[in-house]
Amino acid sequence: MHTMWSGGLKLKGYKTISNQQKSITAPIPNTLIIPLQQHIGQLTHPVVQVGDKVKKGQCIAQSKHFISAAVHASSSGTVTAIENHPVAHPSQLATPCIIIKTDGKEEWITHHGTSNYQQLSRAELRDRIGKAGIVGLGGAVFPTQVKLTPPSDTRITTLILNGAECEPYITCDDRLMREQASEILQGMAIIAYILKVPHVIIGIEDNKPQAYQTLQHALSQTALFPQLNVEIIQVPTIYPAGGEKQLIYTLTGKKIPSYELPAQQGIVCHNVATCFSVYEAIVKGIPLISRLVTVTGQKQGFNVRTLIGTPIQDLLDYVAYHPTIKHTLIMGGPMMGTALSNTRIPIVKASNCILLQDTPPFEQTMPCIRCAQCSHVCPVNLLPQQLYWYARSKEFDKIQDIHLFDCIECGCCSYVCPSHIPLVHYYRYAKTEIWNKEKQKQKADLARTRHEFHLFRLEREKKEKAERHKKKKTTLNKTKTDAIQAALQRTKAKKQPTNNSDKNTMQNDPNPTDSHSQVSTPDKDKSLL
Amino acid sequence: MLNVLFVLSGLTLAFGMLLGYAAVRFKVESSPIVEQIDALLPQTQCGQCNYAGCHPYAQAIAKNEADINQCPPGGEATIQALAELLDREIIPLNEEHGRHDLPKVAIIDEQTCIGCTLCIQACPVDAILGAAKQMHTVITNECTGCELCLPPCPVDCIRMETTTEDIEDWRWPYPNTYTTTLPGS
Ligand code: SF4
Ligand code: SF4
Ligand code: SF4
Repeated sequence: MHTMWSGGLKLKGYKTISNQQKSITAPIPNTLIIPLQQHIGQLTHPVVQVGDKVKKGQCIAQSKHFISAAVHASSSGTVTAIENHPVAHPSQLATPCIIIKTDGKEEWITHHGTSNYQQLSRAELRDRIGKAGIVGLGGAVFPTQVKLTPPSDTRITTLILNGAECEPYITCDDRLMREQASEILQGMAIIAYILKVPHVIIGIEDNKPQAYQTLQHALSQTALFPQLNVEIIQVPTIYPAGGEKQLIYTLTGKKIPSYELPAQQGIVCHNVATCFSVYEAIVKGIPLISRLVTVTGQKQGFNVRTLIGTPIQDLLDYVAYHPTIKHTLIMGGPMMGTALSNTRIPIVKASNCILLQDTPPFEQTMPCIRCAQCSHVCPVNLLPQQLYWYARSKEFDKIQDIHLFDCIECGCCSYVCPSHIPLVHYYRYAKTEIWNKEKQKQKADLARTRHEFHLFRLEREKKEKAERHKKKKTTLNKTKTDAIQAALQRTKAKKQPTNNSDKNTMQNDPNPTDSHSQVSTPDKDKSLL
Repeated sequence: MLNVLFVLSGLTLAFGMLLGYAAVRFKVESSPIVEQIDALLPQTQCGQCNYAGCHPYAQAIAKNEADINQCPPGGEATIQALAELLDREIIPLNEEHGRHDLPKVAIIDEQTCIGCTLCIQACPVDAILGAAKQMHTVITNECTGCELCLPPCPVDCIRMETTTEDIEDWRWPYPNTYTTTLPGS
């Protein structure tokens, strides 16, 4: 049973290049390059130093923030550097990485899991998942423990497992479902237990019949806790069937409005590979230190279990792929992936695919002919052509009014555009410009408040200074008048006794110089003013 | 029935007049245009516009005493925004006031600093920490890059550094006319 969203593309899959044989395991590379930021959220901080010996599975970077994911050593060895290194990112910029020289011993840190997870509290399970550094492996790399902590006022009724894997060429989830079906189901049960959901739907594109059958079979064999109702549903193979909101609509008929999370509609969606990692973390005590990566694009493709931090060059060498200048190297799929300029870039938690393709011919962009093909294929029912006009003319208010931020950057519109307009590039340009404007504004607001406070402080200090002066002056004036009074009194006293006796005078004013010094005090003070 | 209508229209008229009066009476005092202009200025507080800061410049623009192209830190983007707000022509930056440059922050060489506090007094946003005869340091996040702390330093130990581009702050460039058939890149 499923409802279908409008738009999308029927693409040639190229899946059989890589999904026909069992997955293989890449050897331990000499050097591991492990970025501190492999997730959405706060940057982690290293907890090891250069020169430290690390064991396999040891936490090497973490963050106090909740929305973050710990980072672990994928193999044993020595930390040789903590430095900026290029990573897979369209900017080609470098970001902080921990570099480990491996010793090949694969010495594990002590770790243990439990299959009796129901003995543990839900909070403890979430904490273990967070400490294992698990993030969404479908591509969004959002920290999993955050998704397992819905706001207290929402009740999650449905858990969806995303096994659609809709982008051409990529088959790592397909192979994982075929090879580790029971582990995926156990990971799913742990997530369902944490979220207290009674109902799970697993969505798989209908171009993966073996994965579907293996999971069905495993479901009948695996003892899950009884109150869990699990459905496995095949969905039509239309790109992007695996988009979160698209899959939810297909499986439940529910539309998630703009700016809303599925959780607000009682739905949480996890990728099948994430479930496998949850199983490993809880049952075996193994943090996220490796993943299945599809290496494909040439005659023969592979699915390779690869340690996080393995340089792409090592992986390419292992499967005998030799990129030349005629090739384009992509991390991810052909529709949404990132072109790479350099093979020293490491495999990270998000790397589902390394695609080595012949570079497509350059196409000259032509003017938009308003054919509206882009709007027909948009799975979110946006107006790509209108978005393009506003991005092009930098009308960033108007572009948000027509829901730029609902665009999932699936690339369907660019794919069909007969004028070869790089539409998605325009949307990404507009999005990052808008974010940047927002950041600038916040920075300016901070500076304005601080400057206003600065002016206020100067004003206050000026006032205080003036006050101090005034006070000093009045106290001085007081001493002055007091002194004058005293002097007057003395003269009076002097005058009076002179009439009576000289002796008295001597007593009252024993020292004339003394009286002189007293009278002169105010003058001295005056000079100080 | 008619009475009700009269009363209602009377009330409407009265309130309308009240509103109109209020608009005129309170307009000058709140001067929202100055605040609107100020909201578009970068708040670097550098004084390159020849005013004592962004707010005074905003006041001068509002009074038509200054042109909209005198703020180098804001550059083209600020001129554009001001032109839009004030319904004026977009004009190029008046380079007599300086050139638009990459964002910078001040760094104090803590070895050389003698702790004279002169830079603290110059900083328009109180972004420098330190006490007399103690080494000073700049709170990088709050430094606007105005460079006002440079001239007073008697030992020239403050330098400006272009802020390195963070991967988080990276922006997609404006697309050029060539493209490959890879839809996402
Ligand atoms: S598909 Fe391309 S040419 Fe056609 S309307 Fe959309 S942007 Fe214009
Ligand atoms: S990239 Fe965005 S605008 Fe284009 S089809 Fe996909 S969702 Fe629609
Ligand atoms: S030049 Fe610009 S940033 Fe500097 S004080 Fe004037 S308005 Fe503010």
